[in-house]
Amino acid sequence: MPAIEILGLEKKYEVGFLRKTEKVALKPFELAVQEGEIFGYLGPNGAGKTTTLKLLMGLIFPTAGSARLLGRHWRDPDVKTEIGFLPEQPYFYDYLTATELLEYYGELSGMDPTAQRLRVPEVLERVGMTAAASTQLRKFSKGMLQRVGIAQAIIHDPKLVILDEPMSGLDPMGRLEVRDIIHSLKDEGKTVFFSTHILSDAETLCDRVAVLNEGELRAIGVVADLTAQVGGKVEVVWQGEKAKPAVEALGAECRTTASLVRAVLPEAKLDAALDAIRQARERLVSVTPVRATLEDYFLQKLGRKPLEEVETR
Amino acid sequence: MNSRVLTIAANTFREAVRDRVLYNLVFFALLMAGGSILVGQISIDIERQVVVNLGLTAVSLFGVVIAIFIGIGLVSKEIEKRTLYTVLARPVRRWEFIVGKFFGLVITLVVNTFLMSLGVLLALLYVAHKLERGDLTVVVAIYFIVLQFVVVTALALLFSSFSSPLLSAVLAFAVFIVGTFAEDLRGFAAMSQGVTRVGATIAAYLMPNFAALNVIAEAAHAKPVAGNLILFNTVYALLYALAAVAGAVLIFERRNLK
Ligand SMILES: Nc1ncnc2c1ncn2[C@@H]1O[C@H](COP(=O)(O)OP(=O)(O)OP(=O)(O)O)[C@@H](O)[C@H]1O
Ligand SMILES: [Mg+2]
Repeated sequence: MPAIEILGLEKKYEVGFLRKTEKVALKPFELAVQEGEIFGYLGPNGAGKTTTLKLLMGLIFPTAGSARLLGRHWRDPDVKTEIGFLPEQPYFYDYLTATELLEYYGELSGMDPTAQRLRVPEVLERVGMTAAASTQLRKFSKGMLQRVGIAQAIIHDPKLVILDEPMSGLDPMGRLEVRDIIHSLKDEGKTVFFSTHILSDAETLCDRVAVLNEGELRAIGVVADLTAQVGGKVEVVWQGEKAKPAVEALGAECRTTASLVRAVLPEAKLDAALDAIRQARERLVSVTPVRATLEDYFLQKLGRKPLEEVETR
Repeated sequence: MNSRVLTIAANTFREAVRDRVLYNLVFFALLMAGGSILVGQISIDIERQVVVNLGLTAVSLFGVVIAIFIGIGLVSKEIEKRTLYTVLARPVRRWEFIVGKFFGLVITLVVNTFLMSLGVLLALLYVAHKLERGDLTVVVAIYFIVLQFVVVTALALLFSSFSSPLLSAVLAFAVFIVGTFAEDLRGFAAMSQGVTRVGATIAAYLMPNFAALNVIAEAAHAKPVAGNLILFNTVYALLYALAAVAGAVLIFERRNLK
């Protein structure tokens, strides 16, 4: 049974004040996320990721289509006892302490009070917030809010966890910790569906990803399969400066270190580059294939980079 | 009652307390203390009247201001700040959220009014040196004031479900004032003719009748209030509030959160 089935969900917005026009934020498509998967939902800014997640959680209503969650009708409110959700840039009642907030959400999720008392400190520990357990949320930094946000998404031990940009606002340590949490959720047999535009996170974490662009589903698959579709690149290293202009003319980026020149270029141009180096009578040091990344996939297939945010690694 | 509604109501009350809403009691206490000391010095016979009038009018105004200003933000603020997202991601029905928020503010107002009422009774004891049977009307008047708060809160909630906070506040205050003169409005409707009469009558009866819920004058003169009126007012206020909350729920059920 799939954990999430998106059945042609569509969302149009009316924009403009005087002359109303329709903006399609999400075009209909089918997508199934299997139980036990870590599934990445990728796309550049404005692709429709948040729109999809808000539709799934019933925060906004679709103009067409429906969905199933954990095999049940998505509008069944009780299915949400089994789902955890982290919104984008989450904001919480700032007059509560982290512990009170988690207790509140636990109660709303129908948790048993004794189970809850044990669970709250455990979850706070898991997101590294034990020290701030009794601090009011108004005193929290952005990253701390994000961590509490993850805590509230898993407080009731849900089967399906839906996270909208779980790594945003976190420092490198925080991102590693969140990756670990996502991995451990999978180990516990949970399904994790998360959106991101940080591709390295998707590459290291996801069993499968879906790529969304301008409201359209562009691809679904294993990361390796997607990147394999992208024409490969090779790195050529040689000694000497004379062949550099000719290689650069082939569209390669060259960097010189000491007496070595390194050029990364599309596989198809390799022969021409080697010819240039031979003609200049320079010594070839190495030729290595470069693994294509999701970033290459984005650049080639969507014609744009997915990240406006600078990666901090 | 449903446990999720209770949880939301309790949290709403906690928010009000932590946001220092109950601090208004300090001003109220100062007002009552100052007022009763002052009348205690100037007159003999009308002390009781002045204290009851001043006290109950203040209880009513403080409460209405709280009901409107918190009432308009009860749900709209949660949408604006997006604190609602993680609540509606739980097995919480939208109506449960609205009803929980509503009860939370009503509980806040009841606690606030209870403490103020103690202040009024203390002031009464101070100027009259004893409490009598006639003072029971003061308790009835306070009960009616609470019923007014229930209606005003429901209306503030309803208005905020389709208009901006500022407009909602203006509307709620306007309805409160018009409703205070509900009897005059009904009288005016009865005097007019033809289509105007139909329109004015409908308008007059749509407005909440806050005049019937105001027995401050009777309380000041220690006149008893008919048991029938207590029953009628209770049913009237609860039905009116129910209709307004139901309207807010109907609008909110369809709403796309931003
Ligand atoms: N309330 C709204 N009214 C009009 N258009 C909207 C509304 N909400 C979203 N959109 C539009 O829908 C599109 C998809 O937005 P969405 O927030 O889903 O993108 P996203 O993939 O989450 O982007 P990001 O990576 O920046 O978070 C955008 O073009 C956005 O302008
Ligand atoms: Mg988004």
